[in-house]
Amino acid sequence: MAGLNIKVQEVFSEPGCDKNQAKDEKERKKGCTKQLVPGAAAGGCAFDGAKIALQPIADVAHIVHGPIACEGNAWDNRGSKSSGPLLYRTGFTTDISENDIVFGGEKRLYRAIREVIEKYDPPAVFVYQTCITALIGDEIEAVCKAAREKFGKPVIPINVPGFVGSKNLGNKLAGEALLDYVIGTEEPETTTPYDINIIGEYNLAGEIWQIKPLLDHLGIRVLACISGDAHYHEVASSHRAKAAMMVCSKAMINVARKMEERYDIPFFEGSFYGISDTSDALRQIAKLLVQRGAPEDLLARTEILIRREEARAWARLNSYRKRFEGKRVLLFTGGVKSWSVVSALQEVGLEIAGTSVKKSTEEDKERVKELISDDAHIFDDLPPREMYKMLKEAKADIMLSGGRSQFVALKARMPWLDINQERHHAYAGDEGMVTLVEEIDKALYNPIWEQIRKTAPWDSEIHPLSIEGRR
Amino acid sequence: MAKVTVSKKACTVNPLKMSQPIGGVLAFLGIANCMPILHGSQGCTAFGLVLFVRHFREAIPLQTTAMNEVTTIMGGMDNIEQALVNIYKRAKPEIIGLCTTGLTETRGEDIHGDLKLIRKRNPELADLPIVFVNTPDFKDAFQDGWAKSVTRIVEELVVKSTETIPGQVNLLPGSHLTAADIEEIVETITAFGLTPIVLPDISSSLDGHIPEQFSPTTIGGITVDEIRSMGSSLATIAVGQQMESAALELEMRSGVSYTVFDRLTGLDANDRFLMYLSGLSGRPVPLKYRRQRSQLVDAMLDAHFFFGGKKVAIGAEPDLLWALGSLMSEMGCEIATAVTTTQSPLLEKMPCDEVLIGDLEDFEMRAKGSDLLITHSHGRQASERLGIPLLRAGLPSFDRLGANHKLSVGYRGTRDLIFQIGNVFLEHTHEGSPDSWPLPEAHGVAVDEGIGNEHAAQAQTV
Repeated sequence: MAGLNIKVQEVFSEPGCDKNQAKDEKERKKGCTKQLVPGAAAGGCAFDGAKIALQPIADVAHIVHGPIACEGNAWDNRGSKSSGPLLYRTGFTTDISENDIVFGGEKRLYRAIREVIEKYDPPAVFVYQTCITALIGDEIEAVCKAAREKFGKPVIPINVPGFVGSKNLGNKLAGEALLDYVIGTEEPETTTPYDINIIGEYNLAGEIWQIKPLLDHLGIRVLACISGDAHYHEVASSHRAKAAMMVCSKAMINVARKMEERYDIPFFEGSFYGISDTSDALRQIAKLLVQRGAPEDLLARTEILIRREEARAWARLNSYRKRFEGKRVLLFTGGVKSWSVVSALQEVGLEIAGTSVKKSTEEDKERVKELISDDAHIFDDLPPREMYKMLKEAKADIMLSGGRSQFVALKARMPWLDINQERHHAYAGDEGMVTLVEEIDKALYNPIWEQIRKTAPWDSEIHPLSIEGRR
Repeated sequence: MAKVTVSKKACTVNPLKMSQPIGGVLAFLGIANCMPILHGSQGCTAFGLVLFVRHFREAIPLQTTAMNEVTTIMGGMDNIEQALVNIYKRAKPEIIGLCTTGLTETRGEDIHGDLKLIRKRNPELADLPIVFVNTPDFKDAFQDGWAKSVTRIVEELVVKSTETIPGQVNLLPGSHLTAADIEEIVETITAFGLTPIVLPDISSSLDGHIPEQFSPTTIGGITVDEIRSMGSSLATIAVGQQMESAALELEMRSGVSYTVFDRLTGLDANDRFLMYLSGLSGRPVPLKYRRQRSQLVDAMLDAHFFFGGKKVAIGAEPDLLWALGSLMSEMGCEIATAVTTTQSPLLEKMPCDEVLIGDLEDFEMRAKGSDLLITHSHGRQASERLGIPLLRAGLPSFDRLGANHKLSVGYRGTRDLIFQIGNVFLEHTHEGSPDSWPLPEAHGVAVDEGIGNEHAAQAQTV
């Protein structure tokens, strides 16, 4: 556990994270996660975060070393899509028993790795540590090392037991594992001046496929996406990219920064949500690649593409402006930056009735404030009861949030749209923006709302026959 | 009679099983104004919560003691105390259920003693019912957790009474029953002039309805007072073998005698149930059920053509496996594969050669050549790979709507289930083609290999 604690401290003092850097030494040591309050906590554990970050690597066998809860309750439930291998959707776990607790689970883990390699022959195996197996002292690093030597395959320990912290910390520790064991261990077949990495993008609902055609058109190659729709070999050889984009949240800032430090890959932080953000991202990618030696015409070609794509998107979006006039959105995002979505929604004429900045950095909060003039509409945290009240009193016309709060909206008989990781629609790029707007429109104007908001005839204060009966 | 074997693999692949603590939690979700807590790290709660939200499509009140490495080693009493105090302050529940996890069970804690001390230190908690249940997730499975919670609720809350409330009957439904199943059983019992109280009652908390107001706790379920009154009931009806221990506890505590109905799917099973209710109430079986019985008999006649000789693979927890497996066998199907999650006295009674306690990899390997797969939503990958239709049964059902409104008990539920499965068989009928019946001499013999032989070697008899 000592090694793990050092890692955790290292992640907490991540110099790439401005939120960390704004703190003094003592505060920084406490880490970026607020102390969890028993009885009032929400959200996943560090193991969950590591799984979110790495499971999208599609051809890897992901083995969870722990009791059935960690994998059995949660396998094959994420929206990351793969264009090829499907092994990442197979649930592997040592499902440890009382016997393993007493005698240790290392032998079972070793045998599990052997079984998986014999049966499924993956290019690599990732082994995830969990709370109990950490508690009883199973050394997964040692087991992975032995397996690696015996079977001649990468067997990567992901030492992120749930109880070390939050999901976000888990994302970062997962990134550390990639840096320590995967990135730079293989070489790409070929390289081009147009090779980029996209870091912190998980291809939910296939979002990377909304961006790839744009990059393809410009001749830009995604050497590795970490980790959406990725193959092990791509991640392992990602150190040869010329530039990198870190998508949105700061989940994997450590990976982007350390790859810059170690392999001289410059990166920028950008977002594919919203039309202007997508265009900015494309510009930045082009700029970095040209700085790294790509032919300069890339800049002009990018501008031409942006102009054409923006026009194409607006042609489709403009018809919604009238339908969205005066419609107010309550926006609660998790992993996606608030300002990014706020500006995107404002682009199509929606009003922001309120938004949360709970997970945002100071810099992000400032940007939200620039976009929303009225501070009263920016919430640090809005308890479900208050959320329900706002919706019930019709202070907003639709709520956009994660699955956790969907029933707060639905039970208040208000439209709701999923914009978090369980979502079924892809919202990236200009295409995604058009989809998002279509979905908001479908939700707002569905004919059910009028019907379901009517009280039952026998509850109505006005006698039903006086209105309905005359039809 | 079946041989029960346990998979000896070191690596579980594509788990069929879900953990015991969240089974324990689900039972508490059937109590009114309740807040269940998992005593573990916050991930234990988050995973369970997401699973239930996706299955029920409802808000799930569920909290965590948010244990970390240090508190786990030092002992979790402070975290339990904080959680209880915070929840009481914020949500004002009428009862709290506290299920342990593998994390806290590994160290071992005296929660009974801790709770005494916590109540003493926090007078506001003195009278609040707090039921804790030992549910390590490195042992047993989902339905065991459910059963243990119900047993513990009975232990903590049911009071012995000298008076009987006329007509009141206790109903203890197993975790495999849906809201629709419970509603159906309640309606049937009520039709005999009896008044059932249901522990736990997810048919009023997780049936998907619109509450008048926002509630941070459960929005329906049996009340604490009703639970307390269970000792005054006329009788206890347990549905599912898993509920026997709770029913027995209730009898020992209050003298209310119990009857276990190991299933309520199938003609015979429902005949026995109605005769029991008739005897208990002293009333004849209502006309409505005579009519429904006749409809079921007719359904069996219409459907049996399509069931006879069909091979079915079932992966489910023991009580659900028993209910579905028995029905399929009674309709003339062959149970080619039966995979389950945990031990039960029902397993060896299954109408097949072998029941394996294993996973969906075992299931998939053995299901080759079957006509139908029956398991929860996680069977979707196997169904795609094998090209065999999947009937979703059990929890989780995250890729279909209305999971909790699927009815498969009673004459009516059995009838509808037979139609549903029969329609799958009808849709996948093999039709002959000119090459379907070749002569062996002309083309050589196509030998159909045995299925799953290589796998049998991996499993060992217990």
